[in-house]
Amino acid sequence: MNILYLLIGCSIVLALIFLAAFFWSMNTGQNDDMHTPAVRILFDEDKPGEVDS
Amino acid sequence: MDTQVLVTEKCYHCGTEAPGSSYVIDDKKFCCIGCKSVYEVLSSTGMCSYYAYNDNPGQAQIQSVKHLDYLDEPSIISKLTDYTDEKVSTVTFYVPAIHCSSCIWLLEHLHKFNPAIVHSRIDFLKKQVFITFRNKELSFKKLVILMISIGYEPLISLQDVVKEKKDTVNRDLIKKIAVAGFCMGNVMLLSFPEYFGMSSYEVQFRSLFGWMNLAFALPVTFYCGREFFTSAWTGIKHKHINLDIPLALIIAVLFLRSAFEIITSSGPGFTDTLTGLVFLLLMGRWVKQRTYSHISFKRDYRSYFPVAVTVIGETVEKSIALEELKVGDRTLIRNNEIIPADSILMKGDALVDFSFVTGEAAPVRKVLGEIVYAGGRQLGEAIELEVVKPVSQSYLTTLWNNEAFARGETQGKNFNDSIAKYFSVVTLIIAFSAGAYWALSLDSERAWTSFTAVLIVACPCVLSLSTPFTLSAVLSLFDKHLFYLRSPHTVEQLARIDTLVFDKTGTITSPDTAEVNFTGELSSEEKVLAASLARNSSHPLSQKIIKHLGSGQYMPVSSFTETPGKGIHGWISGNEVRLGADYVREHGNLDGTATSHLEINGNYKGCFRIGQFWRPGLKSLFDELSADKELHLISGDNEADRKKLSMLLPAGSGMHFRQSPLSKLKYIEDLQKQGKNVMMLGDGLNDAGALKQSDAGIAVTDNINNFSPACDAILNGKSTSLLPAFIRQSKDALKTIRMSFVISGSYNLVGVYFAVQGLLSPLLAAVLMPLSTISVILFTSTLTRYYAAKNKLS
Repeated sequence: MNILYLLIGCSIVLALIFLAAFFWSMNTGQNDDMHTPAVRILFDEDKPGEVDS
Repeated sequence: MDTQVLVTEKCYHCGTEAPGSSYVIDDKKFCCIGCKSVYEVLSSTGMCSYYAYNDNPGQAQIQSVKHLDYLDEPSIISKLTDYTDEKVSTVTFYVPAIHCSSCIWLLEHLHKFNPAIVHSRIDFLKKQVFITFRNKELSFKKLVILMISIGYEPLISLQDVVKEKKDTVNRDLIKKIAVAGFCMGNVMLLSFPEYFGMSSYEVQFRSLFGWMNLAFALPVTFYCGREFFTSAWTGIKHKHINLDIPLALIIAVLFLRSAFEIITSSGPGFTDTLTGLVFLLLMGRWVKQRTYSHISFKRDYRSYFPVAVTVIGETVEKSIALEELKVGDRTLIRNNEIIPADSILMKGDALVDFSFVTGEAAPVRKVLGEIVYAGGRQLGEAIELEVVKPVSQSYLTTLWNNEAFARGETQGKNFNDSIAKYFSVVTLIIAFSAGAYWALSLDSERAWTSFTAVLIVACPCVLSLSTPFTLSAVLSLFDKHLFYLRSPHTVEQLARIDTLVFDKTGTITSPDTAEVNFTGELSSEEKVLAASLARNSSHPLSQKIIKHLGSGQYMPVSSFTETPGKGIHGWISGNEVRLGADYVREHGNLDGTATSHLEINGNYKGCFRIGQFWRPGLKSLFDELSADKELHLISGDNEADRKKLSMLLPAGSGMHFRQSPLSKLKYIEDLQKQGKNVMMLGDGLNDAGALKQSDAGIAVTDNINNFSPACDAILNGKSTSLLPAFIRQSKDALKTIRMSFVISGSYNLVGVYFAVQGLLSPLLAAVLMPLSTISVILFTSTLTRYYAAKNKLS
């Protein structure tokens, strides 16, 4: 059963990594605007004047 | 007469109906010169993808000459920019025109218009654009001009709303929730073996698990739970019992008892309850914060004033920042500019629109030497004024600085805090008597366990959660019906209302559905002529006249001129047409209603009389409200409408005319002194004082972004008829909260029954606490929905 010590340690370290990742995302403002990036990703790269309607 | 009628078509840029428009380029039709010029700018830079993402993505362009010279002043620039060094500057603009994905695309490709723009980014929901630009190559003023030329004029006001606006949700809080959630998950996991019982070879883990749980409880108590302690401490210092005091007490007791049990190896502790409790409480706070702010409510007079004014010096005209304006300065106010400070008219023909200050719709003519109050908007030619009072002492600002505005945010104690007092007292009495009982029975261990257990189990977390959850459900329900509350507490105020005071102009009259009457006779051809001419003007009166004429056919207009405040003039297929207030004044009489006279080829045809029109459903609204509430009406206008109003309003309602902003405020105050809970419905800055003074001040507006004074709620004009339903729903919401207290109270009783005997197991606490919380949240949300259906609000 001593393997439990290792497993618990691993699981907590893993969870801490995710927590740290979340903190990083908060601090860099990735969660500040939840709407615009979703729209932005759908824009085509620069193709000036190509589109007509 | 040559009637050259064209088919109905939409403007390629903004989608406005533009039949027979003469603005055509690349086979595309535009409704006005503004839209056309935006298209020209875009097509010349190869930015027509703008039109590919959405059909008619633009906004109708209202042509107006802007004086942006003040944007060259370094002192003003430094105030507006977020950051400046020798090479680059960053600035955040609030652009109200942002509304679709095309806007995002265009504004994020600003660098194509000018390579000096390094970077631009949009926050769509906040309608903000962050721009980084090289300040050596592109001046601030040119940047603003560029934005205006593509149809996205930034809103620059003295109180820069952009910078003072806080993040809607506090980042810190979210981090705390993340930590609490993380610790809770781990503690739960490590607590399971204890609940299910450990076999003999697993017992070696017991103390490890205990210590780890304690380690997880540390950040939860001291980092995540710190707010509860600080808030409780300020409560104690001010001798005011708030809900955070019992919460802080419980968190402290939970932590101390857990630490004690784990360190002395006498038990598993309550760390799971502790972490779960803090997590849920923080979630409640988050819900509360999120529902708080989606509209910027806090604006004061400064946001309506310009950033800078033109001052005429000895030799040159110079733009200076508003706060540098001194008594004796001679200012130049151009067409459509706002008068920044109380001044004397020195030169020019002043026709001032005071609708802002007094609510009076017709502009006022001022003669030389007369005092012109701040807040008026000059229509017509440029005038020169000498400042007699500094901005901070002007008529408008005095009103804003009235006590009513200085009053703190917290308007009286809310229901929750008053409950918290009794709750804390009762809990402490039970805890002490249970502890004392066992101490007297000489069972000191039980005395300690029962004392702490009572405190733990009598958790008021439901008190602190059911309120935000219920109120936020109500708030989002109101949002859906275009009724925006400033804070959840407003719901409690709404439920208590017994007296309603209505303002007239813009509140019970609708600016959109003004009644237009034409005195005289017009042939259908003449109607087409008048409509065609009016269509070229952006003046609101012209729009109403077009609606009234409803001809549906328009002809091209040549050599069109618009003299602001006077009228419009143009040639249509050989006919000279004039429309306006002043051209042919001698034919008409002015009796307060806005009028517009029509002249074709020098012959006077008659005049359009634009009267105010009541919002639909007003009669039934008043009847419904008057069933159990008192109604009053106050207006800044004259008594012209008294007769009509007395037919609408139920008998016995108070009616007062010619009220100044200050007397409106006094009126509300007097009603409140009679012990009434007053709701004030107004529309403008002029009744802002009254709105603020009332128990629930509601601004009725037809354009949410247009106007949001310091009120408790903003109501879209379309939803006025739903007002009784809103009040009923608020009452029901409070009922729901009270019922949820009963439910959580019964859970507490069960818990206390075990706790006083010192028999509360950690497992029971860990199950009872979330169970009561979740059932109460389910209960409140279901009930809110039920009431919404009953009140026909769903």
